[in-house]
This record gives sequence, structure tokens and C-alpha cells, in this order.
Amino acid sequence: MQPASSVGIVVPQTAHFTTPLTLKSGAVLPSYDLVYETYGMLNADKSNAILVCHALSGNHHVAGVYAEQDKKPGWWDNMVGPGKPIDTDRFFVIGLNNLGGCHGSTGPASIDPITGQPFGSHFPLVTVEDWVESQARLADSLGIRQFAVIMGGSLGGMQALHWSIKHPERVRHCLVIASAPKLTAQNIAFNDVARQAILTDPDFHGGDFYAHDTRPRRGLRLARMLGHITYLSDDVMGSKFGRVLRSGAFNYGYDVEFEIESYLRYQGDKFAESFDANTYLLMTKALDYFDPTHHSGGKLSDALKPAQADFLVLSFTSDWRFAPERSREIVKALLDNECRVSYAEITSGHGHDAFLMPDAHYHSLVRAYMERVAS
Amino acid sequence: MTRHDFQTIASWVKPGSKVLDLGCGDGSLLKFLQDTRQARGYGVELTDANILAGVKNGINIIQNDLESGLSVFESGSFDHVILSQTLQAMRHTEAILREMLRVGREGIVTFPNFGYWKNRLQVLRGHMPVSDDIPYQWYDTPNVHLCTMHDFEALCVKLGFHIRERVVMTAGAPVHILPNLAGSLAVYRFERGQ
Repeated sequence: MQPASSVGIVVPQTAHFTTPLTLKSGAVLPSYDLVYETYGMLNADKSNAILVCHALSGNHHVAGVYAEQDKKPGWWDNMVGPGKPIDTDRFFVIGLNNLGGCHGSTGPASIDPITGQPFGSHFPLVTVEDWVESQARLADSLGIRQFAVIMGGSLGGMQALHWSIKHPERVRHCLVIASAPKLTAQNIAFNDVARQAILTDPDFHGGDFYAHDTRPRRGLRLARMLGHITYLSDDVMGSKFGRVLRSGAFNYGYDVEFEIESYLRYQGDKFAESFDANTYLLMTKALDYFDPTHHSGGKLSDALKPAQADFLVLSFTSDWRFAPERSREIVKALLDNECRVSYAEITSGHGHDAFLMPDAHYHSLVRAYMERVAS
Repeated sequence: MTRHDFQTIASWVKPGSKVLDLGCGDGSLLKFLQDTRQARGYGVELTDANILAGVKNGINIIQNDLESGLSVFESGSFDHVILSQTLQAMRHTEAILREMLRVGREGIVTFPNFGYWKNRLQVLRGHMPVSDDIPYQWYDTPNVHLCTMHDFEALCVKLGFHIRERVVMTAGAPVHILPNLAGSLAVYRFERGQ
């Protein structure tokens, strides 16, 4: 039995779209699938919908489990469920896998209907803007004109922010968590090292590794290890692993010795078996490209002028990848536009990963904010 | 329960004004101004507990350390900038007062008057004052810059501020005679001098 605070057993659904989608790059996807899950009940006037946008390695499986014996629930199960901060007794919550993903939505590993082969290197780069467009089409197909809330952490927060600019009339509340208005050079640099690890793996085959019945495991593994380091804080790594040795003594070799090495390699290996390398490349590029001021060249305040939603912006003190200063840039731009916004800087030692953790103050804030959201 | 200075402050806030409440606590004053004066605006707070209380109270609340200034707010973006019962706990007193009149047209400040006779009496008797408006022992007080009304007015002169109005009260009742002696709580509104 799943606990009462779980949405229980969930079943993903697939929506097929046949209206071509012109991407920001100019490429066109003639048709595509989006896989999604929903929790809770959509009310009669379809006004209680919440869209949860996922981050770099996320997907549509936000909450619940696929089978009773399933040990691992969805990635934001501590946030979404009956009686949880995002209360599925009140709201109809949608999680989807973004275009270009590797969990069921059309992506690089999908079969290109024209060639009958996986898209691989031919899959176009998609951007946050493209995702929002595809998400809007999914909302249309479900008859949802306006979301009560659109929310996300990290890259997911960027999508929520873009929704508020692109479709202001379709978002009542926007929760932007551990995010940034655009990446810094340092952030892009980390992403590029991760990409280089994949791109230079001999098993990558220019992105068409599917035909060679292999996958660039070493590259993906390195990319994930690097990512993991940047998602944690120095403090949390220190307290979790310190300098602890697996065997208690130096072996004077290059095998796993320190616990942190063991942890990172395990995480890297797990990821390399389950995640698609092309999707990883594409998602990091979407992060790099996102910049609401890119076209206007002006200030973030100008870019956010269209926004009408109420905002809750949250950051975490030890998050150095999406630091509180970056969230404050968003807050400042919203203040400049006299938007209704609240901002909290949550004390946490967990670094960027903190947005996925069940911190009591963090969850209380989301819960308290959700009280003002009409279902 | 509304604090004694709320009514006075509300009477100075024109309906529909844009208000910034610095050190807004749980947001009670801002909520009061929203409800009674249809004010719009933001509260600024530092502590987690008050941020949560403010969100529960339905106000817009920003977590920010006042000691580091108000750089998230553009110049001239508010009608009223309020610092209610917070000035005495600030380290950078002059800086925050200047910031108030940078981001707003008018500043409103409330503070416990150290010149109140009961405070003076306690000092005369050899003790740090403890009262309704200064409810702390010397060793646990957040207050670092207590002042009398005379002191505050002298600082306004130094900063080139023009005091538009002041209301002095004791236990919620207005005080008109010998305010710096008879008044426990001082409420001022001020603007940039001409």
C-alpha cells in the first residue's frame, strides 16, 4: 500500500500532435508525441490546473509510483500529493516529458518517420521557448485555457518564467525555484565540459550511436559526475563523505578509494545506463540559450513587462550553480514591473539539489503560498 | 490586534498608494493598509519565521537584509516607505533613512521614545529602561540605536529631511504636551527638504 499522502499508482499518457511545430532554430517538427502524467481531478471550469516543468534530467513522472512494489516514486513526490504542499486534493497537476527528452516524448532516440531510423544527430535543438509552445499545445488539448500555477525548479523555473512572458493570460501564479534569468559564463562553461565529455566519447558516433548498438557511457558518466559536483555544496559533500576511505587505508592506485569517488562513479554509471546522451546535450544547450533579453537586448525588466502572474521566487543559500543573487535579479525585474511577488532565500546546505529536498521551511512556504491560490 | 501606530500610519496613506514596509514583521501593517487603504506594495523582512508569516498573511514579502540597502528597489518607486519599530534595531541608521527617501517620496518612521519620563526615571534609578515599547532586557535587546525625539529630529536636520508631521502617543492615546517627556511612542512622516 502507498501512504495516504501519495498519489498512488499512476499511468503515463501520450498525446500525439500533428500540427507542425516550427522551432526557434527554424527547424520544423512535422509531428511529435508528448508523454505526461496527471494527478488529482480537473474541476468543471478547468481552473485548477498546475503545470510542473522539469529540469535537466527530469521527466513527466513527478509523483506516485508505477507499481505497488515500486521503491522509487516520482522526482517531486515529496512536494506533490494529497495534503502535500502542492495538494492534489485541490489541484489537477500535470507533469510532462519535454520535447527532446528520453522518457517517451519525441526526442533524439525516437524513430524519425521519414527515415525509419532514430533521429540521432538529425534531431533539432529545442529551446525553452519551444518547450513552452509544446506545453501550451498540450494544455489546449486538455481544454486548459489558464493554469492556476506553473512551476519548476532550475531549468523548470526558466520554463515557468517564459510562460509568464509569452502567455501572461494563461498563468495566474508562477513559482520560480532555484532558477536564474539566464546562465552565467561559468554555468555555460560547466555545461560545455559536460558536452565535450559526451561529444569526444568514441561511442558517441556523432550522435548516431543507436545504429552501432552502443551508447557513449563514458562521456555521459563524466558529464553526470561533473554535474553532480556542481549541484551539491562543498559543505554537504564534506559532511556526507569527507575524506572517508572505503577500505580505511590508501591503496596507492587509481581505483575507487575515497567515498566521494565511489558515490560519483555510482551516480555516473546509473545515469549513463538510463539517460540518452543526445537528450543531455540538447537539454544543456536549452539551458545555455535561455535569455529573455536575447531579442530585445534590453534589461530583464523590459523583457518581463508582459508578465501578469503573481510570483513566488525561491532560492537556496548554498546553491552556487543557481545562486540566490540570480533569483534576486528575477525579483528585481518583477519589482520594477510592479508585479505581485514574494521572495524567500531558504537556508540549506544541499546546494542546487535543495529544491528537490523535503526541507520543512521550504515546504511550509510553498504550502502557505498555495493557500492564496484559488482552486 | 492592531498596534497603536497602525491607525496613525493608515491616516497618512492615501487610498491606492504604493507602500514599502521595511522590517514588516508578519505583514500585519501592510495587510491593514491593503484592507483599509487599498494600498499596494511590498514588505521586506529578514527572518524566516516572518517571511512565512507574511506569505500566510497574503502580502508580497521580500526576504532581504535592510542593512545591505534597498538596491532591489528603483528610485522613486513608492509613495510611502515605512520603517515601523525597526529604526532602533538598525546598525546603519543614516544609510537606511537616506535609502527610504531614495526609493520613496515620503518616509514614515515609528520608534520608542527613549526620552519618555518612565524611561528616564528607570535610568535615574540606575537601570536600563524596560517598558511596553522597549520590552527587552539590556542583554537580550535587538535595539542598538535607541534615541529620543530630539535626537531623531536633529538627525533629520542633518540629513536635510523635512518633517511633515509627527504623532506622539502613550499606551495608544495621543500626547500633545511635552511629547519628548510624556510620549512613549513617536511616529514621524518626513520628506526631502526643499
